[in-house]
This record gives sequence, structure tokens and C-alpha cells, in this order.
Amino acid sequence: MGRYIVQRLFLLIPTFVGVTLVGFLVMHLAPGDPAELRAAGGLGGAREGAISRNKQGGVDEALSQWRKQYGLDRPLPIQYAVWLKNLVTLNFGESFKDNQSVWNKIIERVPVTVKLNVLSLLLVYLIAIPLGIYSATHSNSLGDQITTLVAFVLFAVPLIWAATMAIVFICGGDFLYLFPPAGLESLDYSSHWSLWRKLKDQAWHIFLPVVLLSYDGFAGLSRYMRASMLEVMGQDFVQMARAKGLQERVVIFKHVLRNSLIPQVTILASILPGLIGGSVIIETIFSIPGLGQLGYESVLARDYPTVLALFTVSAILTLVGILISDLLLAVVDPRIAFGRRQ
Amino acid sequence: MSSMQSNTASVEAMRPETSLTHAAAGEGLWSNVWKQFRRDPIALAGLYVVCILVTMALFADFLANDKPYYSFYKGKIYFPIFRSYLVGVGLAHWPAELQNVDFKKLEGATQVFPPVPYRPGNIDLLVPYETPSKKHWFGTDKLGRDIMAGMIHGSRISLSIGFVAVGIAVIIGVILGALAGYFGSWVDLVISRLFEIMLSIPTFFLLITVAALLPPSIFLTMTIIGLTSWVGIARFARNEFLRIRNLDYVTAAIALGVSNRKIMFKHILPNALAPVIVSVVLGVAGAILIESSLSFLGIGVPAELVTWGSILHEASSATFAWWLAVFPGAAIFVTVLAYYLVGEGLREVLDPRLRGLR
Repeated sequence: MGRYIVQRLFLLIPTFVGVTLVGFLVMHLAPGDPAELRAAGGLGGAREGAISRNKQGGVDEALSQWRKQYGLDRPLPIQYAVWLKNLVTLNFGESFKDNQSVWNKIIERVPVTVKLNVLSLLLVYLIAIPLGIYSATHSNSLGDQITTLVAFVLFAVPLIWAATMAIVFICGGDFLYLFPPAGLESLDYSSHWSLWRKLKDQAWHIFLPVVLLSYDGFAGLSRYMRASMLEVMGQDFVQMARAKGLQERVVIFKHVLRNSLIPQVTILASILPGLIGGSVIIETIFSIPGLGQLGYESVLARDYPTVLALFTVSAILTLVGILISDLLLAVVDPRIAFGRRQ
Repeated sequence: MSSMQSNTASVEAMRPETSLTHAAAGEGLWSNVWKQFRRDPIALAGLYVVCILVTMALFADFLANDKPYYSFYKGKIYFPIFRSYLVGVGLAHWPAELQNVDFKKLEGATQVFPPVPYRPGNIDLLVPYETPSKKHWFGTDKLGRDIMAGMIHGSRISLSIGFVAVGIAVIIGVILGALAGYFGSWVDLVISRLFEIMLSIPTFFLLITVAALLPPSIFLTMTIIGLTSWVGIARFARNEFLRIRNLDYVTAAIALGVSNRKIMFKHILPNALAPVIVSVVLGVAGAILIESSLSFLGIGVPAELVTWGSILHEASSATFAWWLAVFPGAAIFVTVLAYYLVGEGLREVLDPRLRGLR
């Protein structure tokens, strides 16, 4: 097991370098270098050449100064190495937009997005696992066929459509007003409220974004769960358990369920990047001040350091997610760590 | 030379039996696939929807156009829609009295218009946010543009996404997957790291970053989508190549000294296509979803281009205009669902091992 962990960590290094390299190269793909972008106030003016000509001389001076400051006058590999070094020390530089530390900007927003995504993941697993168990134990019954159909259709519903329909029909507007259309707390939210009132207000605000963020996850996962249950149920040891007279409930929950949960651990790693992408859409639509919204705003404002930092942070989060799910998998199924050694 | 040919023929004969039982001699895999696919009414319905969408995209100019099919004006007969194609390629030009005219306002003309007599770009500031009516079936947006016309022409984008983005993804995915699966050892190790890199990259975030940096262009956006979505296809291709590479007929081909490239693409690829095809069809649905999300966010698509996603976006700021939310969103949903159904139907036929997985 120890050797497996070391091996996994070792294999993580090239992946980490690769991901950061992609991020770094994307930065250099931009028309104009970061100094020019900064000169344009990070507001996308660089492309149109917003810097007026009569100020060109002064700007040129500033540009060369900035280039020196950012180390842009050095060769690319060295720039990359310097950037990596800064990354390891969590120095992401300053935002082009407001000169604030990018790291502080990100840290400010992390709790919101983490709350949103953790709640969604919980919801996904809480609904998908029982649904999958039901579908598998009642396979081909009417109930199974209905859940299959619903899951399949839900999976095809575009997030942007579901969110827009929710905004139009149940969030104020001309129709129903069941949920708030924006934000995470009411405008008159105050710290003097009772705990219960605070919780109620927050739950009311976060309910819709969480449901929207998770519906396609549980549609997919319940299918996987069903397939994996059915696969285990077809194996000899299950028949054996039944033959020795165990109750069906014990067979399902003790023998089948445990074994069919194994693959679901890996799915966690593949849901994670999707959730990050979904956060961009959901947080933008519902004006939730999380990482997704920050990312969208920074992209539109061409705020390079922030975009790159967000990109790297979410890539690292995903990598860690993959690593954890790999290790968890090796814990629940020792054959994996053993098999790799050969 | 002739012995070489007979050897290749025997290699062909050694192809592994696929999951399909060949009904009759001389019948190809694909006609067999079609035979079984046809028996699944739901998958077939999906295929019909896809065909309707393709037809709609191809004939968008004839379904929604501000020019008439037929026009009898000042004693002369014109076919303005056809003529505009000819003018477009420089084979004809408009007569002086028809240059830049609004055909709907021609006096004394007998004309036959398409079912939707607007183009997506026709701005009519007199009818902003009109609810669906006989004149505008799906209503209008804030500039008075007809939504139905926008949606019909917008279907072209979802069709071309299927070709461009997924085409690029297939080429990259199949080549990388083939190399990794066929050569194994360190090639596999390196390419598998590449897969892992692509999987750990927050793709959607990368997409909006790159799309926002480059000048807005729908084809550029499609290319970027293709460049970031090949991993699924590549993994399927790798696994198939890995499996088939160890079959006897490949060993025989290697022993005969057939070149690696020929073995990979002539002998293994046709047998490895089945699961790849399924992921390609599902990939089209994925690409359409991504494109609509991007144009919803207003990234990567020129502002004046009307797409399903851009109409949907207007609804989020004009929440009273329910028709802006319902119709384009339903169009994306139906398209994606149709591709999913076709993909699922193909999977049932091609790869029974994967049955029940999504």
C-alpha cells in the first residue's frame, strides 16, 4: 500500500507539470503580453489597441518597466520556472483589475463555492445510491423503467435551460415567486437574526442552485449504481449467500451493496471537474459570489493573473480529487494496489 | 506477391467474431448494425429527430427567409431565394428595381413567402418582446427579431459543431488512443499521462479562457471545443486497441512483417470502431451542450450571431419573456436527447457489455 501511494504521487508530478504548462502557455497565447494587458487596465482594450498614440512614449517606458518587473524579458522556460516557484509559495501576483492580491480574492470566495459543491455532491449521492439500489433490486419493473427514463431525460436537460426556466417561472418575474433569483442571503439579512432565521434564509437561497448543480450528477450516478449492483448480483458469491439461507435484505445490503459501491468512489473524481464548470454557469446566473463568478468576471475583464490562478487552483483541486479517489479505491479494494505492483 | 495477398486474405478471415452474428455471408457489419438498430423504436425516433434537424439546417434559407420563393413583379417572374444563392457565388446580380428592396413592401407584386418570412437578423424595433402570435410563432426578442427564424438558422450551428468539434476530437482521440494501445509500454505511459492532464484540467474554464482571449468566431470556438474534448474517445480507442492488439490475427500480421501503420489503421481500426462510434455520437451531444453554454455566457460567439444559447441568454435578463426561455432551451434539449438516444441505441447493438451504463 505504501509503495502504491508513493507510485501514485510520483506519477502525479508529470501531470502537475503538464497542467501548469497548459495554463502557462494559454497565458502566452493571448494577443499581447501581460504587460500590455496590464497597460490596458486589463479591460480587453489591448486587442483593439486602446492605448492612444500620443501617450505611446510614456506607455512604452512603463511597458519595459513592467516587463522587467514580471520577468517577461527573460526566456520562456525561465519564466515558467519562476512562475512555478511563485505558485508553490502561493504567490499568484496581483489582479490587473484592482491591484489586490489574487490569493486573497480567491480565498474570500472559496467557502461559497465549496459549500455549494459539497451540498451538491451530498445530494447527488443521497439520491443516486438509494435510487440505484431500488432500480437494481426491482430491475425491469415499472418503477425501474420510470426511473431509467427520468434519469435519461434529466441527463439531457441542459443546465442553462433548467436554470433559465427556473429564473423565469419560479423566481419572481411574472409567474411564481418560490425562490429568490439572486444571491445567497436576503437583502435585509442581518447578524442580529436568530440562528434559525439565518439558516432558513440561507437554505431558501441555496436550495435551487444546489438542485440545479446536481441533477445531472444524480441522473448519471444512479445509472452507474444500478449497473454496478446488477453486475455484482450476477456473481457466484451472491448466489452462495442466498443458497446458505441469508435473508434477501442481508444479501443486498451486506454483500451486494458493499461491493457495488467500489466503482462509485472513482466516479467522484469525474464529477468534480463538471461541478467546477457548472459553478461558473450557476454562479453567474444566480449572482452567487463564488469562484465560478470570479472566474467568469475575470475572463471577461481579461484579468490574467486571476484567471490563471483560478485555473491552476481548480486543476490542483481536481488532481487531489483524483488522487484521493484512487487511494480510497485501493483501500476498499486491496487488489488494485497489489495488481499495480506486478 | 500473390502469396502475400493470400496471406492478407487469411488475416482478414481471422477477424474476431464481433458481438453480432453475421446473418448471411457477404453482409457487412454496418448493414447488420442498421438491421438491429431499426428494431429499437426509441433509438429510431432519435435518429429521425437528428435527420429533421439536419434537413432544417440544410434548408434553413428556404424555411425562414425575408425573400419570397416566387415573385411576380412588374410583368417579370423572379425566384429571389434561388437568385440570392447565384448572386452569392457571382453568377447573377439583382436587377436595379430589386436591389436592396424589402420584398414584403413591394407594391403590386404576387409573391410566395417561406413559412417563416424573416431572417434572424431582421430587426423590427416596432415589435420588441412580442408574445408568440400568428405573425411571430415563437415571439420576438428586444430588437423585434423573429425567434423562430433565429432558431431555424441557429440549428446550422449545432450541426456544424457536430462536424467540426467532434471531427477534430475523433482525429486526435483515435490517433493518440491507437498509439497508446498498440505500442503499450512507455508510449502508453506517456500518452496516459496526457489523458490524465486533460482530465484534471477544468475544461470548461479553459474553454472560456481561450475563447475570451481569441477574437470571437464560431469556428474558432468549435475548434477549441474539439481540442479539449478528445479524451473520452481516446480512452475508448486505447482500450480497444489494447484488447485487439493481443488477438491472434494481429500477431499473425506482425509475423508477416506488415507495417505498424498498416496494422493499426487497416486491420485494427475497423474492429475498434464500435465503442468509438458510440462515444462520438455522445460527443456530438456534449459539444452542442458546451457551445450553447458558451454562447449563453456570451463568450466566443460574435455578438450579432443568433444561436440557441444566445436567445436563451436574453431570457435571463427579460424574465417576463417566457418564450425566449422555453423554445431555444427546448431545442437544445431535444437535440441533445436525440443524439443520446441514437448513441444509446448504437451501444445496445455494438457493445452489449456496456448495457445499462448511462
